[in-house]
Amino acid sequence: MVAGYNTISLGTGRKEFNPKKPRPGLEEYIREAGQGVLKQIGGAKNVDESVIGNFIASRFNRQGNLAAFMPYIDPDLRYKPAVRVEGACGSGALALATGIRSVLAETADVVLVLGVEVQNTVKAIYGADILAAAGWAKDRKEGHAYYFPGKFSDRAKAYQEKYGKEKPREAMAQWYVNAIENARLCPTAQEYHNSSEELQSCGMMNPNPRGFVDSLNVYDCSKVSDGASAIAVVSEEGLKRIGIPKSEAIEVIGMGQAEDDITKPPDDPTILATTREAVRKALESAGITKEQLGTVECHDCFSIAGILAVEAIGFAPHGGGAEFVIQGNTKRTGKVPFNTTGGLVGWGHPTGATGVHQAITIWEQLTGKAGDSQIPITAERPYGLTINMGGDDKSLVSIVFKKAE
Amino acid sequence: MNYTERLSNVTVLGAAGKMGSGILLLTALEMVDLSLKPENRGKVFVINAIDVSSEALAGLMRYIRAQALKAAEKKTVQLRAVYADRADLIDNEEIIMQYVDDVMVTIRPSVNLEVAYNSTLIFEAIKEDPELKVKLLSQLDKNNSHKPWYFTNTSSIPITQLDEKANLGGRIIGFHFYNPPAVQKLVEVIKSAHTLPEVEEFALQYAKSLRKVVVPSADFAGFVGNGHFMRDALHGIGEAEKFAKDVSLPEAIYMINKVSQDYLVRPMGIFQLIDYVGVDVCQYIMSVMNPFLKDEDLHSDFLDRLIGQGVLGGQFSDGSQKDGILKYEKGRPVAVYNPDTKKYDLISDFQASCDEKLGAMPRSIQPWKSVAFSGKSEDMLKTIFDEIKTMDTVGARLAKEYARRSKEIGLQLVADKVAFAEKDVNTVLLTGFFHAYGPINNFLD
Ligand SMILES: NC(=O)c1ccc[n+]([C@@H]2O[C@H](COP(=O)([O-])OP(=O)(O)OC[C@H]3O[C@@H](n4cnc5c(N)ncnc54)[C@H](O)[C@@H]3O)[C@@H](O)[C@H]2O)c1
Repeated sequence: MVAGYNTISLGTGRKEFNPKKPRPGLEEYIREAGQGVLKQIGGAKNVDESVIGNFIASRFNRQGNLAAFMPYIDPDLRYKPAVRVEGACGSGALALATGIRSVLAETADVVLVLGVEVQNTVKAIYGADILAAAGWAKDRKEGHAYYFPGKFSDRAKAYQEKYGKEKPREAMAQWYVNAIENARLCPTAQEYHNSSEELQSCGMMNPNPRGFVDSLNVYDCSKVSDGASAIAVVSEEGLKRIGIPKSEAIEVIGMGQAEDDITKPPDDPTILATTREAVRKALESAGITKEQLGTVECHDCFSIAGILAVEAIGFAPHGGGAEFVIQGNTKRTGKVPFNTTGGLVGWGHPTGATGVHQAITIWEQLTGKAGDSQIPITAERPYGLTINMGGDDKSLVSIVFKKAE
Repeated sequence: MNYTERLSNVTVLGAAGKMGSGILLLTALEMVDLSLKPENRGKVFVINAIDVSSEALAGLMRYIRAQALKAAEKKTVQLRAVYADRADLIDNEEIIMQYVDDVMVTIRPSVNLEVAYNSTLIFEAIKEDPELKVKLLSQLDKNNSHKPWYFTNTSSIPITQLDEKANLGGRIIGFHFYNPPAVQKLVEVIKSAHTLPEVEEFALQYAKSLRKVVVPSADFAGFVGNGHFMRDALHGIGEAEKFAKDVSLPEAIYMINKVSQDYLVRPMGIFQLIDYVGVDVCQYIMSVMNPFLKDEDLHSDFLDRLIGQGVLGGQFSDGSQKDGILKYEKGRPVAVYNPDTKKYDLISDFQASCDEKLGAMPRSIQPWKSVAFSGKSEDMLKTIFDEIKTMDTVGARLAKEYARRSKEIGLQLVADKVAFAEKDVNTVLLTGFFHAYGPINNFLD
């Protein structure tokens, strides 16, 4: 993979964001991200086909048939194949997986993969209705007004009931602090402008069940974001065609996909079992162990999901994720830096774009292009891992990367 | 008749007005919340919105709809539970729209007083005209066989007077909202000499349900809030007139406005506050209060003169400030009215020389916003007033005078038994006027 491009993640927190003023729409985001990649790979003529990942533009933007926006990026994409894929918040990595499969099947050498979501078209209370479609529609009536925060609040509550109230809360606050500290180093991040000096106390704020959910505060949540991310998935042949040296690219070493039944609640709310399975498959297909991971981009749609992901990967035993985070292991200076550009909590969560954004962050880190966000990558731990999740631990894609050589 | 029954058929008189529209909104929401309780299912709740103009009522309904929508969006978490048994309502959006519908079908707009003849509770918020209020209340009471209770929003007319003149037999209480009722937390509750205990009891329960802060006030024209404000305003006007011997009147007004805002750490200066309430409204309230005062003349020639020249202040229907004594741009004063030339003089033309006359600002001073919401306003104010105490600039002297007078007015309200306690005066200024501190304090001792 090569030539990633992120638009900014626009929403509350960004100085440019004014809910009362008109903002760019789907078209603008798709075109900016698409052209951002095409410029780096010698133009659209080099592209064989494209994939666009998006969750639910049909409701946020009254727009379907998104594949037909690919030629809008560049006329040279007219009449070339394009497909739109959807797996809720996991749409981005599903788009990557689709591109990867095409390259592996040798039906394409250069695939333009793009993820996009524009969510600030409705107020959060109505956005919650739309995003609830990532769960089972027949469960909506029983669900919370803020459906997904409700689901993960239930997980946080179960975790706190099992492992104590204080430590998990402290760990969630630490997760938030890390996210913002990382986002401040990345100019496209939604929390890039955050200058609060009270991150820790924000993170420790008591939940407000009357106005929001029982066991999470607003700082535990990812953002409502507009944005697009795009990257080129290419074969070795493809690299030659676009004239980019291997040293600029990352290689997909392994991939794990897993799907669970949307109509069933989790067996154990304190465990992300599908995530665990996807990561296991990814590491196994890569033939590496978790100790060889230099950095991880996990799906922290809520801080508790970050902590549970730490456990799902196996960095800590069940119930030990909180302590692992509190100890600073996931900080940018820690043993395995997580979400080095802020993750979903700090960089933002334009749902359909997130999986692509994660891959771009790994690409930047492994090839030394991460700018102020750059962390050192050592020879002992040369691998990067992404985990992109759709729904409440339902649609999972996990990918292992390494700098190409 | 219990709380819920009392609130089953309600009327708001003057519903399209500034106060009436807010009262209608709050009461309609309270009634709908009652109607949605399981034990009240199937009962009919009605609130009549009466005003003189059909056009204004149409605007009112649009306002109520927008506000009900906002209210529903804010409490969707609770509303999901309230509508849990409605299988047809699934999304937040459906639930929110249902609630808005439930509010709208409860409200009956009308220009005919007759619809109020069936009500058991009547809010009166027509314009501040004693004769008109008495006329309407007695007409209503003669024709309504339910012996309804009356909540009047009068700012200055003694409740006993309304009670006796309209022959209501104690079925009335002053329930004095602040503007705008939907936002302001304060309510002054005023009993007439005859108010029935059950009326008061209901008033307190209703206030509590609306999560209002109640301050009881004696039944004396102006009550606590206007009792303080009107005198405070006259003090400011007086100081400006004194000062106008040395400088132009607009310059003097600018200086007093600045001292009463910046030095006294208030949300707005006194002349801006007069504009906010309305120059004519202030004059009118003083005129209603004045006949009841013994050794005091609550009246301002200056305000009369302004009104004569059509300088009125007040607000546009969207809540933005109209020009009055001051002229506003984006809500900030930019010029001061000059009654001699009948023109506005730009503040920027004289600001520097006036600020120099006032002298150096106390260094510890901070804007009202940063003090009031700091969580340590007490300490900050102590530092500020300690500094002002030691200063001898013109500005500091005016500020000390002003603060002393404000305290004196507060203490007098207690001595005259208009307020029942010092803390009540302070609560009114803190809650109703958003001051960062009560006027009865020891900062300057
Ligand atoms: N505005 C304030 O800051 C404020 C604050 C507290 C109390 N009050 C008091 O509230 C009352 C209303 O004040 P407001 O500022 O809302 O005035 P307003 O002029 O905005 O509203 C008065 C309403 O009464 C209507 N009205 C007039 N005569 C009527 C009649 N015969 N029948 C039915 N409706 C009639 C008018 O059409 C108007 O809509 C006054 O007693 C006032 O002293 C006002």
